[in-house]
Amino acid sequence: MRRIFHFSLVLLLSVVLVGCAVNKKKGSAEVEDSSVNLQADVTSSGLSSDDSGSVQVLTTTDNTLDLNDPLGTRVIYFEFDSNALTPEAQRIVEAHAEYLAGNPGMAAVLEGHADERGTREYNLALGERRANAVADLFQMMGVMPDAVRSISYGEERPVAMEHDESAWSLNRRVEILY
Amino acid sequence: MIKVFIAGMVTLLVGLLSAPTWAVLTIEITEGQDTGIPIAVVPFHFQGQQRPNEEIRNIVSADLYRSGRFLSLPPGDFLSRPSGPDQVRFKDWRLIKAEALVIGHVSQVGDDHYDVSFYLYNVFKEKLLAGYRWTVGSSQLRQVAHQVSDYIYEALTGIPGAFDTRIAYVTVEKDSSDIRQYQLMVADSDGHNAQRILRTNFPILSPAWAPDGKRLAYVSFASRTSGAMIWVQNVETGERRKLLQEKGTASAPAWSADGRRLALRLSRDGNHDIYILDVAASRLTRLTTHPGIDTEPAWSPNGRYLVFTSDRSGRPHIFRISAAGGPAERLTRVGRENAGASYSPNGKHLVMVTNQGNGDQIGVFYTGNNEVKVLTDGPLDDSPTYSPNGAMIMYATQRGNQGVLAAVSADGRIKQILRLHQGEVREPAWSSRKQ
Repeated sequence: MRRIFHFSLVLLLSVVLVGCAVNKKKGSAEVEDSSVNLQADVTSSGLSSDDSGSVQVLTTTDNTLDLNDPLGTRVIYFEFDSNALTPEAQRIVEAHAEYLAGNPGMAAVLEGHADERGTREYNLALGERRANAVADLFQMMGVMPDAVRSISYGEERPVAMEHDESAWSLNRRVEILY
Repeated sequence: MIKVFIAGMVTLLVGLLSAPTWAVLTIEITEGQDTGIPIAVVPFHFQGQQRPNEEIRNIVSADLYRSGRFLSLPPGDFLSRPSGPDQVRFKDWRLIKAEALVIGHVSQVGDDHYDVSFYLYNVFKEKLLAGYRWTVGSSQLRQVAHQVSDYIYEALTGIPGAFDTRIAYVTVEKDSSDIRQYQLMVADSDGHNAQRILRTNFPILSPAWAPDGKRLAYVSFASRTSGAMIWVQNVETGERRKLLQEKGTASAPAWSADGRRLALRLSRDGNHDIYILDVAASRLTRLTTHPGIDTEPAWSPNGRYLVFTSDRSGRPHIFRISAAGGPAERLTRVGRENAGASYSPNGKHLVMVTNQGNGDQIGVFYTGNNEVKVLTDGPLDDSPTYSPNGAMIMYATQRGNQGVLAAVSADGRIKQILRLHQGEVREPAWSSRKQ
């Protein structure tokens, strides 16, 4: 009798747990996108960033990281509605271009972003424009096109959530990821 | 003792199975109407063993109230409660100043099936205006109620109703590791029956319903190194495929009214342009070539034109081009920028995101006289979508720090908010439901 009770309890519990997992309407067809688990197809000797796109530390060839070195800066910023590189941005991009041109085994992903003003689709294109502006300068400085991948998240992955210019200026950016 | 325990577990089990894991959209009416056609919707008489969960009368009354064109009279004032034509005494309804009367009947036939009938009367003329009868399973009762509302709305306003319709939208919530989780959802346009279509760590944008109401095109990302791509997914089966095998990024899908073509934005060699895909032939035709950003194509209802957003003259504005190709004509000249335009169902206006110096607001553009009527407050409004009858516009906005959906009537007088209990909601797309 006791054994039967334990068995029914276990059975009931497993039914409950299955019930939790299958908690959707009958006939609904939900897709879970597992592509988040795909490995990056960019060859890299550095750490790969997580899916939130946060900036990771780049290890230089002699294993030191000097933050005064433009190579240590991995984000460049833009003016509103513009994909033009500021002199400061140019300095940083050139340092990375030199590094990539001099290390043919390395590859980088350029992630372009925009602030939240304007429509999402327009900002998707604007972010790609910004990433391409950096990629163009890379190419001009001898980086092979295959070593660079330009993508855009538009306004979808802001780093600052406030609705003011101080946040917007931080979101108008390109991140250089290795 | 064991009986009590098992009874408790069963209750818990039932509770867990019926509670949704994802948030439901709730609607609040922020600006209603004090005027409208006074209508009496009598609670439907029920006959049977097991009363269904859905009260058709309440759903119909809520639908009519949300439209802003009706004043639903309180049942407490009713002098009688007819459920069939032979029970109606028009004097009872004239006395409480009802102009229209709705009565109905639900009877259980079989285990989980119900016979539903309704009648709509013009009280002054003592005339039957509409009526219909259904036999459905309990899971379809909400839909039947919305169809009742559609019949009533059309009979009394001359415009087809849009209550038996669906919306797609995107929700965003941070999980326990602080990572944004995106979901593509489909629900009835009153927020009920929410169904998850897709879940991913990557952003989802621009859901677009195919005209058959069964498939959704949308934009998302396959990996950390892939740019934006378009997928097409069958909402019922979950079957999905990537639309293109192109090297460049693609987004902004828009179906033609006959479902045979998809306009989209494609970047080949870094240039953002409008292309048209013939779905059956899998053939891409390039429509624009300008080095500026051209995006957000939208079809005219007759399929002859597309409007799109372009920054070829500086800031983004709306342009129009023939679907057969040719020069693009600039449409919007007022405002700092205009983007994200789509045609009204009758093809006579465009709804769009407009910046007139007050941030991003939703406005209606009249192509005839080039005027823009601003309908919303902004400053961060986006993604307007017309209801299938053109009477309402749904869009994304902010309330406090939360992304919510809102709906505004085409004349700007009726306003509603649709929000989640937790998380952000954005990117609405309104569809007629095809059976």
